[in-house]
Amino acid sequence: MRNLSLFLLAILLASTSVAQTIEVCKTCPISTLKDAISQAKEFDTIVVKKGTYKEHSIIVDKPLTIIGENYPVIDGELKGEIITITADDVTVDGLFIINVGTSYTEDYAAIRVRRSKNFVIQNLVLEKLFFGIYIEKSKDGKVFHNKIIGDALEEYNSGNGIQLWYSNNIQIEQNYVEHVRDGIYLEFSDNCLIKNNVSALNIRYGLHFMFSNDDIYQDNTFENNGAGVAVMFSKKIKMYNNTFKENWGTASYGMLLKEINDAEIIGNTFEDNTIGINIEGSNRIIYKHNNFSNNGWAIKVKGACYANTFTENNFLYNSFDIAYNSNVNDNVFDKNYWSNYTGYDLDKNGIGDVPYRPVKLFSYIVNRTPETIILLRSMFIDIIDFSEKVSPVFTPDDLLDNNPLIKKITW
Amino acid sequence: MLKILKYSFYDLMRSRWSYVYFAFYLLLGIVLLFLNNDLSKAVITLMNVIIVLVPLIGTIFGVMYYYNSQEFTELLLAQPIKRSSIFLGQYLGVALSLSMSLILGLGIPFVFYGLFESSAIWDFSLLLITGTFLTLIFTALAFNIALSNENKIKGFGYAILLWLFLAVIYDGLFLMTLIMFEDYPLDKLSLIGTMLNPIDLSRTLILLKLDISALLGYTGAVFKQFFGTSFGLIVSFVMLTFWVVMPVLRIVFKSKKKDF
Repeated sequence: MRNLSLFLLAILLASTSVAQTIEVCKTCPISTLKDAISQAKEFDTIVVKKGTYKEHSIIVDKPLTIIGENYPVIDGELKGEIITITADDVTVDGLFIINVGTSYTEDYAAIRVRRSKNFVIQNLVLEKLFFGIYIEKSKDGKVFHNKIIGDALEEYNSGNGIQLWYSNNIQIEQNYVEHVRDGIYLEFSDNCLIKNNVSALNIRYGLHFMFSNDDIYQDNTFENNGAGVAVMFSKKIKMYNNTFKENWGTASYGMLLKEINDAEIIGNTFEDNTIGINIEGSNRIIYKHNNFSNNGWAIKVKGACYANTFTENNFLYNSFDIAYNSNVNDNVFDKNYWSNYTGYDLDKNGIGDVPYRPVKLFSYIVNRTPETIILLRSMFIDIIDFSEKVSPVFTPDDLLDNNPLIKKITW
Repeated sequence: MLKILKYSFYDLMRSRWSYVYFAFYLLLGIVLLFLNNDLSKAVITLMNVIIVLVPLIGTIFGVMYYYNSQEFTELLLAQPIKRSSIFLGQYLGVALSLSMSLILGLGIPFVFYGLFESSAIWDFSLLLITGTFLTLIFTALAFNIALSNENKIKGFGYAILLWLFLAVIYDGLFLMTLIMFEDYPLDKLSLIGTMLNPIDLSRTLILLKLDISALLGYTGAVFKQFFGTSFGLIVSFVMLTFWVVMPVLRIVFKSKKKDF
């Protein structure tokens, strides 16, 4: 065992002693990043000193570590893509990359990773960009602690902050993305971890998932995005402890689920969204320990949703708790706390003695004829809601929470 | 007319009901702020109260005052005073004292709570303006009913029915129409339907000013386009003014012809 570790240490030392450090600065013999890369050998380290480097189309085609000291600026002068990584084991750290070119035929990115393994992209600051970090057909990489600040105004001429395409096992952690089209975008990317990111003020979605399975996203904050978060056509996704808030507008959601199966949605907070979660064609999803507060609609179920379970969630002060567009129900609501619950608990066991009906008649009517929303908060609506509560006719008869909790759940 | 207005106004100011009404709003304002700690949330709750209660109290109070002061009115009629100034004076006396109770009752707690530093001040002012309009409208309607019915019971009955119709039944009919014609574009219809009922108009005006408007979806967008512009706002206030002026004109007209 001891021998083995010594052996490993020896190898480590050998490899580091072989690797050289190349310095890049304005007055050094090597004054551009491109020269440095072409002169470097495999596994060398390139240190870029503070300064402004007007370069674009930098291709990293061998395993290198590129480190910026005090955030040197790589200015692409809007001419196209800035850094393209095509080799394995590349680390890029601490650069300030600005002015990526905009094109309607090619997706220029500040930094692109193509068919690479074991890459690390960290501590970058990207500004004035088209696409930010674009990872295609790569795996086992890490995107850590980057700050991406775009200036996107319209959907058609802007790019995404962090984009994954056919890439597996990528970790995306502690990034901050704002003012781009989609903050984080995943397509055909499995087994990724998205953790502790903040995605805000984006034109379209804070996070956009398509055809990506077995991913986990947790402890992220998505706020004030054009349309919130969209998760579509994916299986076995786990969403833990995320915050979705202030996605407010006529077509905004906290989260949009479409064709999602076998997901777990646990411990999330949905606050001040027009629609907390919009669900379409999603089955066998577990919703547990989520907080839905002050949303227009906490949950809007659009049909073809079967065998979902909603347990131990808090529904607090939403205009509508749940909207349903059919009167068939195959989903289970149990042991939730509903702030609109008006029942009583005579045996003092913490569970209300009268079942709660989360679907109001008015939300059913609004689903059918959207224009009727104009009668919101009218006295007549309160009266018909009350009578529907007493004897349901239009809303699903079996859609009820048999064990509504009396007190807000804390966990 | 001013003298009669002054007399009615002071008479009402001395009456217990004005104080009760004032105290009710004062209490409501304080309790709401105490429970909510949030001005804009309190404004929403207040809106619910105002669009139901203000018309009801305006109607009942108007009818009650007319019937109670009937003998005094007859005494006045024997004097060389214009009929229109007698009734208009009385009407304005009632309406203004009610409005004052409303504005002061709600205003005082909110001012103490720091309304002037809050961004909710415009929402709140709109709330008070619509509340005042509703008082003016429903008191005028009440006077109309009372003038047309000698029988007190009948008068009260009609007054309650009027309130019930505008506050509840109208919305029911409106809802049914919207559902019945759901296959057609309904933006214009819902806009007109809202404009025709002062209670609905006030409710929509306030709702659209609050950030709840995004809830209203596409319809909300249409409404916001209309009410959000100064044109829409002017049209709605013209509509509310129309709702005040029409019944008042009828008071003048009716009182001239009426045989006491």
